[in-house]
Amino acid sequence: MPLRSGRSKLKWRESIPTLVFLVLCLVVWQVSVDYFKLPLWLVPSPSAVLTAFWRTRDLLWAHTLTTILETTTGFMLAIALGLVAGMVMVLSPLAKRMFYPLLIVSQTVPLIAVAPLLILWLGYGLLPKIVTVVLVCFFPITVSLIEGLEVSDTDLLNLLTSMGATRWQILYMIRWPNALPSLFAGLKIAATYSVMGAVIGEWLGASSGLGVYLTLSSHSFRTDQVFAAIIAITLLSLVYFALITGIRRLALPWLHTEQD
Amino acid sequence: MTLELRDVSLSYRGTGTAALDVLADINLKIATGTFVSIIGPSGCGKSSICNLIAGVEKSDQGDILLDTRSILGLPGQVGYMPQKDLLLPWRTLLDNVALGGDIRREDKRKSREAARSWLERFGLGEFTKHYPHQLSGGMRQRGALLRTFLFGQTTLILDEPFGALDALTRREMQAWLLDVWSQSNPTVLFITHDIEEAMLLSDEVVVLSQRPARILERITVPFARPRDPDILLSSQALVVKKRLLDLLSEIGGTRAH
Ligand SMILES: Nc1ncnc2c1ncn2[C@@H]1O[C@H](COP(=O)(O)OP(=O)(O)OP(=O)(O)O)[C@@H](O)[C@H]1O
Ligand SMILES: [Mg+2]
Repeated sequence: MPLRSGRSKLKWRESIPTLVFLVLCLVVWQVSVDYFKLPLWLVPSPSAVLTAFWRTRDLLWAHTLTTILETTTGFMLAIALGLVAGMVMVLSPLAKRMFYPLLIVSQTVPLIAVAPLLILWLGYGLLPKIVTVVLVCFFPITVSLIEGLEVSDTDLLNLLTSMGATRWQILYMIRWPNALPSLFAGLKIAATYSVMGAVIGEWLGASSGLGVYLTLSSHSFRTDQVFAAIIAITLLSLVYFALITGIRRLALPWLHTEQD
Repeated sequence: MTLELRDVSLSYRGTGTAALDVLADINLKIATGTFVSIIGPSGCGKSSICNLIAGVEKSDQGDILLDTRSILGLPGQVGYMPQKDLLLPWRTLLDNVALGGDIRREDKRKSREAARSWLERFGLGEFTKHYPHQLSGGMRQRGALLRTFLFGQTTLILDEPFGALDALTRREMQAWLLDVWSQSNPTVLFITHDIEEAMLLSDEVVVLSQRPARILERITVPFARPRDPDILLSSQALVVKKRLLDLLSEIGGTRAH
């Protein structure tokens, strides 16, 4: 394992070029909008976006809360379902042969085609959005869990068997900890998808949520607010991402200890 | 406890291919508290013998007895250390050594206490909270050995435990193993391809043939215990060593040291 604790500082320094580039882009953007006098509805300048963000902060926050509610509920449900499905498929090869191919194929169905159906069947409330989030999160969680639970090191399994361990003990002493790194990789992907899932659900019909704020703003040509919504969505995704990363640190202490 | 292999044969049946005969009528009795080494050419079936005794593999012929009870195909009866050190990466050294207690559903606190006292007694007291990747190869090997000792207590199967270590660390580990062994005097079956290691540690050296493995010869090691590595320089040792070398070169294809 590589050194970990000295690395966070290093990482921060490594991201300096990215930050510099980002600031440069913003400056160029701002200057060109001012210079060419582009209209607000076409391309708002960064400062206009920030102003819109600040001006509508209460409204934006209220919409964000709805999205947080949908995303978090959906995400949790997807984790619960993913854990159950993953365990079942690992414990029963028959179940895996039955469902795994379907799971893969299901990913080719575009969400944008399914979401209207959900609205049709489940109405305009929170439920269809939560289901959308579950749909986008379930796949990465389940697949990463199944991959992690398949321990390739047969010697490790033999060792536990030689000590008289039961299947269940092998599952929670070997397979589960072995699956955690892969599971967290899946959770990170799911976390970023989850906000997108909720927003798509809201787009197609809702009374509140960042997707609603987004549609209302774009229909009234408040492009500065559209950008403000994009910022909110990005921030929200980043928060989820950071949360998962933090939990990962706590859950996988053996990957975060320094080499002596 | 006495460990006995009676007419044990083993062949692997791959799908579609011809059966691979690995063991042919192995008869071996290891008396309580004796240390027996097995030497044999690479791939002759040494690990297969270990797997059989540990109950990971089942043989189609013969029987394996612990005292008078058959343990063929029965896991959990002996302490088994496979060829790789195999500490669980997600467990600290202490929790790794206490693994057997967890599998036997013993009281967590008690098994940790026992593990800690063993680790302290054998010079690993400072490292109880370390994860395997933070330990040196020698320390990992000692941890795996202590885990095996703690689990097996009276009967141990050690499959080339020092095979992956450098010569210097290996010498250290041999002295350390002798020390650990002398404290409770368990019955040990020890696999190695190092003649001097076998002579230094064991009461008896068993030489296996090429696959399918048969027992070619059993050679008693005449030194008194406790042993000093210098005994390997005695003329008595040279006689034993010569005999072993001759046997191995007859078989051919073995890495003799
Ligand atoms: N599960 C298995 N299925 C089929 N063949 C196997 C299996 N395990 C081992 N073999 C074969 O059986 C033979 C003996 O293997 P084994 O691992 O017991 O040898 P070994 O003496 O321990 O070798 P080494 O000195 O490399 O440790 C080898 O030819 C190996 O390829
Ligand atoms: Mg082997």
